[in-house]
Amino acid sequence: MTAQMMTGNLAAAWSARLADVDYVPAFPITPQTEIVETLAKWCGDGSLNARFVTLDSEHSMMTAAGAAAATGARVFTATSSQGLLHAFEVLYTVAGWRVPFVLVNVSRALASPITLEPDHNDVLAARDSGFVQIHAETCQEVLDSILMGYRIAEDARVCLPVVVNLDGFILSFTREPVVVPDQETVKQFLPPFRPAHLGFKASAPHALGTAVTGGATYSYFRHQIHLASVNALRVHEEAAVEFERLFGRRYDVAEGYRLEDAEDVLVMSNAYASKGKAAVDRAREEGRKIGLLRLRVIRPWPAEVVRRALRGKRAVAVLDQNLSPGQGGILFQEIAACLYHEPLRPRSLCSFIGGLGGKNISEGEFCTIFEQMEDAGGRGTGVGPVLLYTEAEHRDMEQLQFLAHELRTGR
Amino acid sequence: MNWEPPLFQDLHQIPREEHVFPGAPLCAGCGGLESLRLASKVLGPHVVYVNAAGCFTNLATFPFTPLDASWLYTTMGSAPAGAQGVRDALDVLIAKGRLPKEEDVTVVVLGGDGSTYDMALSSTSGAITRKLDFYYFCYDNEAYGNTGVQLSPSTPYGAKTTTSPCAVQRPVGATQEKKDIFEIWRAHNPPYVATVSPRFPLDLEEKFVRAANYRGPRLFLGFAACPTGWLFDPAHTPDVARLAVECGLWPLKEAVNGEVVHTHFPKLSPVEDYLKLQGRFRHLFEPIVQKEAIAHIQDRVNTYWERVKQTEQKS
Repeated sequence: MTAQMMTGNLAAAWSARLADVDYVPAFPITPQTEIVETLAKWCGDGSLNARFVTLDSEHSMMTAAGAAAATGARVFTATSSQGLLHAFEVLYTVAGWRVPFVLVNVSRALASPITLEPDHNDVLAARDSGFVQIHAETCQEVLDSILMGYRIAEDARVCLPVVVNLDGFILSFTREPVVVPDQETVKQFLPPFRPAHLGFKASAPHALGTAVTGGATYSYFRHQIHLASVNALRVHEEAAVEFERLFGRRYDVAEGYRLEDAEDVLVMSNAYASKGKAAVDRAREEGRKIGLLRLRVIRPWPAEVVRRALRGKRAVAVLDQNLSPGQGGILFQEIAACLYHEPLRPRSLCSFIGGLGGKNISEGEFCTIFEQMEDAGGRGTGVGPVLLYTEAEHRDMEQLQFLAHELRTGR
Repeated sequence: MNWEPPLFQDLHQIPREEHVFPGAPLCAGCGGLESLRLASKVLGPHVVYVNAAGCFTNLATFPFTPLDASWLYTTMGSAPAGAQGVRDALDVLIAKGRLPKEEDVTVVVLGGDGSTYDMALSSTSGAITRKLDFYYFCYDNEAYGNTGVQLSPSTPYGAKTTTSPCAVQRPVGATQEKKDIFEIWRAHNPPYVATVSPRFPLDLEEKFVRAANYRGPRLFLGFAACPTGWLFDPAHTPDVARLAVECGLWPLKEAVNGEVVHTHFPKLSPVEDYLKLQGRFRHLFEPIVQKEAIAHIQDRVNTYWERVKQTEQKS
């Protein structure tokens, strides 16, 4: 099977086509738009037998997506950044409906200041919505994760929507070799969507999304969502085994890179993990025993896998491509929480914030992380949160501020 | 004019089958529920109600529902988009042979005025523009009722709500004029738009039967006299609903493919008769009579009906 060069966005559209979706509610937003443009074209020329509808907002789009899934259609939709936040209340609503569909989020940093390039504050803001979250590193993984996403979402033990995240620009507009699996094999992996429990039929009226009175009833249903999400860990494992058997590629909830003999570990997610792996390779050449843990499934949180991967290490540095103002890195906190009861927990946990708004993370910055992590490991203390920012970037920023001052004052 | 002889000339012609059953947890004397009950007699049981946050959200409270139709609660701002998803999915599944045609259901958005007049406007406008085949039923009680009666864009001039109180700075209460959602819908050119009142049940049933002849977006604005919010005894709901029409404040009309026809020409009793029935207007009468405010309300009613008489040339 030969690979074709395609962008992450095109890979996402291909996956929706291979999944033979019935319905695509859409709304444009940079850097996601190429996905829905492609699907509009395919729905128009008949290469995808689905209805494509442009809604009036992402809030409406997400409602239509959930409602169509509740009616029994296989649904695909995509958004990004401000769009995801505009749909925010609907994310919780449709997860509560327990309807399976796949949403692709093309990560883009949030306003203000408004920008276009990626970080993960958008998708991580949705981490408590009930959506299963899969974060992809490569264009191939985007395509594969969407197919896995449908299988996980539609499993009777899960029945939750899935969001697959790819980085805007870095994946969305970058062409990489992608193997597009053949439709027949995909059908073996992903049988047609024929839910018995969903649908609005004349002969069988039912009510969905009803109100509840009292915290006890509410707690019961929300806890069901939690249990279903936890089930997704096992369902993901089964899907990964079957996916590898049929397509030869293996994806686990988290990926270890040169972890086995590593003393110190860098934790990352998404496309910049490729830079992290290159940095690990360089460090290895210098004789440093560093490995990398890439988080792939972030909801449900794979606590046991993370614990096993980091057990017995000297120092761990979490590189968050997000910032929770007043707290620091979001994933750092989750890593720290799941290591608390681990007897062989790392001596040192370090928190770095990098790549906000698509800012580059240079070789030098990775070196700094490794040095500070090693020092901290020796001392047995933590570091951070530290914002990665080079001197050159700081000088450029000062130059901009100088210009802004001159323009304002005329001096 | 395309007005045809009415089908419903006698109350006995209204279908006896019920689709809204007793046991609904709404307030006693809810005028909105009365309209829904009458509407459902024509809509029948093969319906999915797509609900927006509001009083009627309480209708389906786990594990009960007083309806024999299906129900989907969405959000306050996107029920029409929910209707879009359901309708589209039904169409796709029927076209692909995965759902028998006889299993099809009518999609009906059920929203209050808070949702209909403001928050869901984008979603509604989109659905009409896309020519979505659905009904929109708005129970209009002229306030955010479920949250305890606050000012909504449907609240009429002079009404007191908890966020438009009668105050020294603003003794008339609400100083806005009720937003004309009928005309906003009509500007989108849907096939059918109508106002209804449960005190005019023959008119109401007639309109639902007529709307069934069209495909596309069909709006029903249902007058929802609200004892809890408007401060009158629940026993007076019928009187309030009748007087609203007869004083001219709630015109009964329809627009078929944009052409407006009034379906009832009221005797235009003084607005005071209507206002005095309700606590939300009491401050217009005591401790002093706010003559200017009352005259303002009367003037607007008069102006409206003068224009109607000129354009429709009926008396």
